Amino acid sequence: MTDIAIVAYAARQQAEVEENELEMIAPLIEQVRSETGLGPDDIDFTCSGSSDFLAGAAFSFVLTLDATRPVPPIVESHVEMDGAWALYEAWVKLQIGEAKTALVYGYGKSSPGSLRDVLATQLDPYTVAPLWPDAFGIAGLQARLMLDAGDVTERDLAEVAARSLADAADNPNAVRAGAHSIDELLAEPYLHDPLRAHDCPARADGGAAVILAADDVARRVCERPAWIRAIDHRMDVHHFGVRDPRRARSAELAAQAVGVTSDKVDVAELDAPFSHQEPLLVRALGLDAANTRINPSGGSLTGHVMMAAGLVRLGEAATRVHRGDADRAVAHATSGPWLQQNLVAVLEGD
Amino acid sequence: MTAPLDPVAPPITLPPSLRDVEPVQRVRTPFRLDYEVSAGRSMAAYLRAMKEKRILGERCPVTGQVFVPPRGVTPTSGLVTTELVELPDRGYVESFCVTRVPIPGRDDLQLPYVSAWIVLDGASVGFLGLVADIPPEEVRLGLRVQAVWRPDDELGETADNIKYWAPTGEPDVEITSYEYVGQPGEAP
Repeated sequence: MTDIAIVAYAARQQAEVEENELEMIAPLIEQVRSETGLGPDDIDFTCSGSSDFLAGAAFSFVLTLDATRPVPPIVESHVEMDGAWALYEAWVKLQIGEAKTALVYGYGKSSPGSLRDVLATQLDPYTVAPLWPDAFGIAGLQARLMLDAGDVTERDLAEVAARSLADAADNPNAVRAGAHSIDELLAEPYLHDPLRAHDCPARADGGAAVILAADDVARRVCERPAWIRAIDHRMDVHHFGVRDPRRARSAELAAQAVGVTSDKVDVAELDAPFSHQEPLLVRALGLDAANTRINPSGGSLTGHVMMAAGLVRLGEAATRVHRGDADRAVAHATSGPWLQQNLVAVLEGD
Repeated sequence: MTAPLDPVAPPITLPPSLRDVEPVQRVRTPFRLDYEVSAGRSMAAYLRAMKEKRILGERCPVTGQVFVPPRGVTPTSGLVTTELVELPDRGYVESFCVTRVPIPGRDDLQLPYVSAWIVLDGASVGFLGLVADIPPEEVRLGLRVQAVWRPDDELGETADNIKYWAPTGEPDVEITSYEYVGQPGEAP
């Protein structure tokens, strides 16, 4: 295996971004380039993640390629997935030795359309999508089952929200932040009963950019690279009825594959867009919540960029390794309803 | 029992109540999502200027090339642009295509029509427009053209403000290179 690390990370999350997608992502790409000193000629491979259904335009990702300096032409790929999966593709490219460096970015603007409706289009197109189910409502079904089974209480959910909001106060990219007592949050009205507003993701426009580098390049451009010791992604079945919504089996398998529990985890950045999904993921990944700092960035609950939230988790985890705050960090990304698809990575400092 | 739709698929055993009913051969899934897309910083400036019959491009901070329409980032440097430049509504035809078949829903286009790649004076790249006021068979590479704008009371924040491009009568431009990386104002 080649040693591959996240060596730079930049992100932006804002309730509504006025610029177009290209103008939104270009400064982030500039930032990771200047942090590493790797110019466009030094980047062997570029991979991005975004969705035409958010942009409302076909092949919308092509617009943002201008920021990669595609003249002369570059080696490039795109996934209609969260940028975390673009990072996975780039990691494979580096593993097979076709590249030493990669630029990865993911972005999305939810503000132009109705995200809760857009997300219906990812469902079974024959029997489910035509009903246009509300995405937050679908998450509410999952929360209800977990509450009913005693997996969590509403107080647990409020605790997740309160901690996330408090942590988000230190995150300049957070869209929602602040100190709240549990009782205060529990007194809030339901938005999608049993979910309250703070149990749902704080929608944001924005994106993230990351540079991956192998071996000596990583050591040269980054003082403390966040080495990707293992990375895996799995997917649960499309059909809601076949799944147990109280579990994320694909997350469990991915976590086992990367050996999450083989050593102490200092920090875990989990992509849990809804508060009830955080305890579900902690359990699925086998994390020991007492000894692992969960979502110090405030998590997706306090700033959620569709198509970039997972890459943001990877970047946030890597940043803690870069700074020396963590020696071993776990990053998780998700996509689809009820945590359908899950990616788990273990990052380590030297 | 009707014949299976797909001869390769194994037959499905239906419950008695569904036997001898008309099979569902297709489903209609009406699909509609509405968006309010923001053009972005540079494109918004471009569209606002269009309303005043002005054409804006942007200069690459590294190469000095002028791109039109402005995108906010130049593809040859990958850098964010900060300098918008005003371009004249004159240029030359770098390439063209004569279309003789109708486009559904575009009854306003009288056949045949000429779409052209037009390089404005001072621009490093061409952009798309219609060429008219000239028989299609006389349109040629290097033809000098000028914008014909819609009447002032019809102008909006849209690229559609230019009705078409008409010949100026100036001598043709001799095209020696189609490389888009030429410097602004440089003879092609």
